[in-house]
Amino acid sequence: MEASKVIHAIYTDDDVLMAAVKKVKAEKHHIEEIYTPFPVHGLDKAMGLAPTRIAITSFLYGCVGLTVAILMMNFIMIKDWPQDIGGKPSFSYLENMPAFVPIMFELTVFFAAHLMVITFYLRSRMWPFKKAENPDPRTTDDHFLIEIAVHNNENELTSLLQDTGAVEINLVDKEEDSH
Amino acid sequence: MEYKISNRLKMGAIVLVVLGLLGVGYGFWDSHKVNEDNISEYLANEAHDGDHSSAEGHGESYAMSGHSETDSHSDSMHSDQGHDAEAHGSGHEMSHEEHVLHQIHNRPWAALYVAAFFFFMISLGVLAFYAIQYAAQAGWSPVLFRVMEAITAYVLPGALIVFAIALIADKHIFVWMDPEVVAHDKLIQGKSGFLNKGVFIGLSLFFILGWSAYRYLSRKFSIAQDTSDNNSNFKKAFRWSAGFLVFYIVTESVVSWLWIMSVDPHWFSTLFGWYVFASMFVSGITVIALMTIYLKSKGLLQFVNDSHIHDLAKFMFGISIFWTYLWFSQFMLIWYSNIPEEVTYFVTRIEYYKLPFFGMVVMNFVFPLLILMNSDYKRIPWFVVMAGIVILCGHYLDVFNMIMPATVVDRWFIGIPEIGSILLFGGLFLLIVFTALSKAPLLAKGNPFMKESEHFHY
Repeated sequence: MEASKVIHAIYTDDDVLMAAVKKVKAEKHHIEEIYTPFPVHGLDKAMGLAPTRIAITSFLYGCVGLTVAILMMNFIMIKDWPQDIGGKPSFSYLENMPAFVPIMFELTVFFAAHLMVITFYLRSRMWPFKKAENPDPRTTDDHFLIEIAVHNNENELTSLLQDTGAVEINLVDKEEDSH
Repeated sequence: MEYKISNRLKMGAIVLVVLGLLGVGYGFWDSHKVNEDNISEYLANEAHDGDHSSAEGHGESYAMSGHSETDSHSDSMHSDQGHDAEAHGSGHEMSHEEHVLHQIHNRPWAALYVAAFFFFMISLGVLAFYAIQYAAQAGWSPVLFRVMEAITAYVLPGALIVFAIALIADKHIFVWMDPEVVAHDKLIQGKSGFLNKGVFIGLSLFFILGWSAYRYLSRKFSIAQDTSDNNSNFKKAFRWSAGFLVFYIVTESVVSWLWIMSVDPHWFSTLFGWYVFASMFVSGITVIALMTIYLKSKGLLQFVNDSHIHDLAKFMFGISIFWTYLWFSQFMLIWYSNIPEEVTYFVTRIEYYKLPFFGMVVMNFVFPLLILMNSDYKRIPWFVVMAGIVILCGHYLDVFNMIMPATVVDRWFIGIPEIGSILLFGGLFLLIVFTALSKAPLLAKGNPFMKESEHFHY
């Protein structure tokens, strides 16, 4: 494989990191990944990542939840066994709707929230017993790491990254199975 | 950045006021064409015409109204008291003609009152929002302070107008102000410790004084802070705002009982004050957004960016849902338990005001929910303006639904008296607000959070 070697540039400050990302992008190098111990505001923009669509999925899941609630209660309370319970009108769904609204609301929220979280786990490949994909344990504490693929331009990249204030630059052989 | 009220705007507002006055005048003239001498004839004519105005089914709903009144009389637990379930009229000897006559005569008064309260509530809502921004030391909103201060200039005149209309309209809006009704009505007699003119006048004036005092002081501190070299004015405004919020939430509750809930003196609801608050709060925020977008489109608010608009739209969205939550909580609790003396309130509304009653839920909830949910849409001015206009119309309907069923019952229509009143107070509102806006620079530059607010980015 061509891109089996990557450079890991390590930084100790998020401001320096942001400046470095902008510079690397300006030089048209592709950034494979960035590891940070906490969310760095604006990093996704600087990297040029596409915006997330998870809110849209959540909206759709909410619609599903609302539909489930309506169909369920319409069947149970109106169609299947329309009893007179305390004088509540069970002739049509609309007539008894106020009583169903709390459930409609809760199921909408339930579906929207849980399915969105599950979507998030699936898309970001997170599950129990998953092997952590962390190239350097310090990035979970106080270091920031930029990973750039090397295409026979090792020296050029190294000097560029050094200019951006990296405290440490490592050339690493990357294992193939990581993604 | 100075603002000067343009002649076009001024003329426009004056034209609105004049048109409004004509409309209101017509409303009074029109309603007083019907009097005790010709009411029977009028009703007979109406019953004939009822056939072709089938959309409203006037003739029919009219006959039903007579029915349901007698029904609720006999159903009511206090029917021996002979009070009126529609909270209207004067004792059970009143004939049908007299009843209708009262409703017809109440209409221009109620139309005036609804519009006056609607515009007043916008400015009071903004005042509360303004106080919250101070007390919370919000970092995003100081660039909008001058817009808010301008809108709150309407608090004092607006409140006095509502108060004056309430007093002059007297029993046309508040049946408990009619000594004859009270004499026959045990329920109102029981409440007369609170529902009497002395308390009404005293409390109203005290509340108006309190609101205007805070508005005067906070404006004074805000202007003084512009040229000050320390933050003492800001600190004073902060303390007054915190105090005002306590005062506000109590007085707003009580005033909603006095000025609105007491139109149905037989009915009460515990979350009514909150409900009215949500309505005024969201209308106020909407007007802030609309004015900000207007001024920005004129190039006068360069320091306002689309993140500010986004935040305002977010508030419009959130408080619209809050309003719906309260509307539904009030409705569902009463619908569910279905206790006759409470449920008449909604029976009247659903029977005679189906479209406005449920239409306002669509306008105040469904529409903003779908329009303002998307984060990108909240930054697009015309989207926010569109949502804002629908929300404002929806909250006018909300006030309409609170007042009209108690005063004109089934004889409602949004016609010349109603629209005239909206134009009248709308023009007055624009005139006062934009005049106040031209009295100070558009940037409250002394505010310690101003730099943060100018660079606010979401």
